[in-house]
Amino acid sequence: MKVPSAAVVSPGKAGWRLVQRDLRLGFRRPGEWLQPLVFFLVVTTLFPLATSPELSRLRDMAPGALWVAALLSSLLALELLFREDGQDGTLEQLAVSGLPLPWLLLAKTCVHWLLTGLPLVLAGPLVATALGAPYASIPGVFAALLLGSSALSLIGAVGAALTLGLRRGGVLLALLVLPLAVPVLIFGARATSLAMAQDPMTAPMYLLGAIAVLSATLAPLAAAAAVRISLE
Amino acid sequence: MDWTWFHRFGSPPHFYRIAGTLIPWFAWLAALCGLAGLIGGLGLAPPDYQQGDGYRIIYVHVPAAVLSTMAYAAMATAAGVGLIWRMNVAHAVAASCAAIGASFTFLALVTGSLWGRPMWGTYWEWDPRLTSELVMLFLYLGYMGLRGAIDDTARADRASAVLALVGVINLPIIHYSVDWWNSLHQGHTLLKFAKPSMPPSMLVPLLLLMLGFVLYFAAIVLVRARGEVLRRERNARWIAELLGAPS
Amino acid sequence: MKLLIGENLQLWRGELHVLRGLSLAVDAGCCLQVTGINGAGKSSLLRVLAGLLPAEEGSVSWRGIDTRGDQHAYHSELAWLGHGTALKADLSARENLRYSAGLRRELDSAQIDAALARVGFAHADQRLARQMSAGQQRRVALARVLLLDCALWLLDEPTSNLDSSGQRMFTQLLEAHLDEGGLAVVATHQPLAIDPQRLQTLELA
Repeated sequence: MKVPSAAVVSPGKAGWRLVQRDLRLGFRRPGEWLQPLVFFLVVTTLFPLATSPELSRLRDMAPGALWVAALLSSLLALELLFREDGQDGTLEQLAVSGLPLPWLLLAKTCVHWLLTGLPLVLAGPLVATALGAPYASIPGVFAALLLGSSALSLIGAVGAALTLGLRRGGVLLALLVLPLAVPVLIFGARATSLAMAQDPMTAPMYLLGAIAVLSATLAPLAAAAAVRISLE
Repeated sequence: MDWTWFHRFGSPPHFYRIAGTLIPWFAWLAALCGLAGLIGGLGLAPPDYQQGDGYRIIYVHVPAAVLSTMAYAAMATAAGVGLIWRMNVAHAVAASCAAIGASFTFLALVTGSLWGRPMWGTYWEWDPRLTSELVMLFLYLGYMGLRGAIDDTARADRASAVLALVGVINLPIIHYSVDWWNSLHQGHTLLKFAKPSMPPSMLVPLLLLMLGFVLYFAAIVLVRARGEVLRRERNARWIAELLGAPS
Repeated sequence: MKLLIGENLQLWRGELHVLRGLSLAVDAGCCLQVTGINGAGKSSLLRVLAGLLPAEEGSVSWRGIDTRGDQHAYHSELAWLGHGTALKADLSARENLRYSAGLRRELDSAQIDAALARVGFAHADQRLARQMSAGQQRRVALARVLLLDCALWLLDEPTSNLDSSGQRMFTQLLEAHLDEGGLAVVATHQPLAIDPQRLQTLELA
C-alpha cells in the first residue's frame, strides 16, 4: 500500500504558506489592489464637493462620510477575495486538501485585509484631517478604522463566499453585506466622532472590538460552509 | 427520545397531509381572534388621554412588528433544520416564510410611519424601532435576492440557509446597536406604552390581535409551503397517487 | 478488501437523475475508468467520490470507513484534479507547485524539479502560468498530483489538451502510481493504454 514519502504539512504551516502565496500574487498585480484605496479617496472627496468647503461644517459630517466611504470601498474590494480562486479551481483544491477550510479562508481574508483594508486604515486618519478633524485625533481614528475594517473584511468574506460565481453578484453582495455591517458602521462612526471631539472613546471601541473578535471566530466557519455550498 | 415524529414531518407526503389538516384550523382561529381583537381595539377600548384615537394603530403596528421578528426566527430555524438534517420540507418552509415576513416588516414600517405623522408631524423619524425594522427589511430582501439569484434549488436552499443563520445571529447585535445609536441623540421613541401600565381594555385586544397574526402567519406559511413542496416534488410518485392519476 | 467503495449512489442535478443507484469498488493497484457521453455524469460522479458534491442517497467509503464521517482523513490521502487546473496565472510553474502541493507536503526544489521533469516540463523556466499553453498547464497540474504523493487519484479528464507525447507521459505516470500500490479513478474519453488486468471500466448512460 502506498505511503507518502514526504512529510505532511501542519495546518498552521499550510496557512502561512497560503498567506505567502496570496501576498506574492498581490504584489504582482498591485494596480488591482490599490483600486479600493483610490475609490475611498474619490468618494471622500465627493462629500465636500456635494456640501461645502468649510472645515467647520465638514467636521460634523466627517465620521459618517469616512465610514460610509470605507464601507463601500471594502465592498468593492471583496470582489478580489474569492473570485479568481473560485474560477481557476484553487478553492476546490483547498476544499479537498484535508486541511481545515475555515482556517485557510481566514488566512486568505487576512491577506486580503492587508492588501485592501490596511491602506484604508492608514489613509483614513489623513482623510479625516482633510475633513476638519484635529491632528490629535489621528490615533483614535486609526484605532477605530483598524478594528472596524477587520470586522468588515470578515463579514464581507461570508457574503463573498455566498455569492461566488453568481452573475451580477456584485450588487447582491452589497445588499447582503451592508445590513450586517450596520453595527460596525454605528460603533465605528461614533468612536471616530468621539476621537475628533477629544472625548474618551472606550465604549464604542470595546463594542467594535467585540464585533471584530466575534467575526474572527464565526465568519470563517460560515464562509467555509458557504464555499462548500458554492462548489457543489 | 423518539424522533420519528420529526422525521415523519420532514417527509413531503406526510407534511402535505398534516399541513392540509392544520390550515383551516389556523385560518379560522386567526379570523376569530382578529375579529375579536379589532372590535375590542377599535370599538371598545377607550381613547388614550395623550394621543386620542390615533394610538389605535398599535393594534396593527405592534403585532406586525412582533411577527416580522418571529418570522425571521422561524425562517432561520427552518433553514437551520434543513441545512443540518438535509430536509427538503424544512427548506420549503424557510422559503415560504421570507415573503410573508418581509410583508409584515413593510406593514410595520408603514403603520409606524402613519403613526408618526400625528405624533411627530413627519412621516419618518429615525426612531430606533423603525430603523431596526428597516434594516431587517433589507435582511429579508437580501435573503430573497440570494434565493432568486441562484438557479439550482438545492444550492439556493443551502446558501440562503447560511445567510439566514448569519442574519439571525446579527439581528440582536443590529437591534442593540441601533438602540444605542438612537439613545445617544435623545431620539423619539414610538411606543410610549409600557406593557404592564396598559389597562386591560387596551391590552387584551392587542394580545388577541397578536395571537391572530401568529395564527394567520402559520396558516399562510403552511399554504405556501405546501405549494412549494408540490413544486419541488412534482415528479415524485406520491403526488401522482394523490391525484389518482394512472402512474 | 477494496479500498474505495461507492454504494448505491443516487444524485439529482436539478431535474436530472444523474446517478441512479451506482455502485463501484476499486482495489489497490487498480484503475477505474469512467466513460460516457457529455453530460452523462462523469464529473458529477467524480465530485461525489471526492466529497465535493453530496449524494442524495448512498455512501462512499475509504478503507471501510464512510468518508462523510472523517472527511479530513479521507482528503489527506486524495489527490484531486478537476476541470480547472488550479494554477495561479501570475505564478511560475515552480511557484505554483511550491504553494499548492506545498500546502500539504514538505517539498524541496529538487523534488519539484524531478516532478516537472517527469511530466515533460524539464525546461522549467520563469514563465508565468498565463503565458503557458493549455497543454503545458495541464502538465504542471499533473506534476502537482505527483508531488502530493497520495494513495488515491481522482482525475477528471486529465489528458485534455495534451498532445500524444503528453498522453503517453500520463499513461506512464498512471502505471507507476498503480505499481506503487496506489489507485485511481479517471474520467476520460481516451482509451487508457495500461495493463487490462488493472483496468476496470464504468460506462455512464
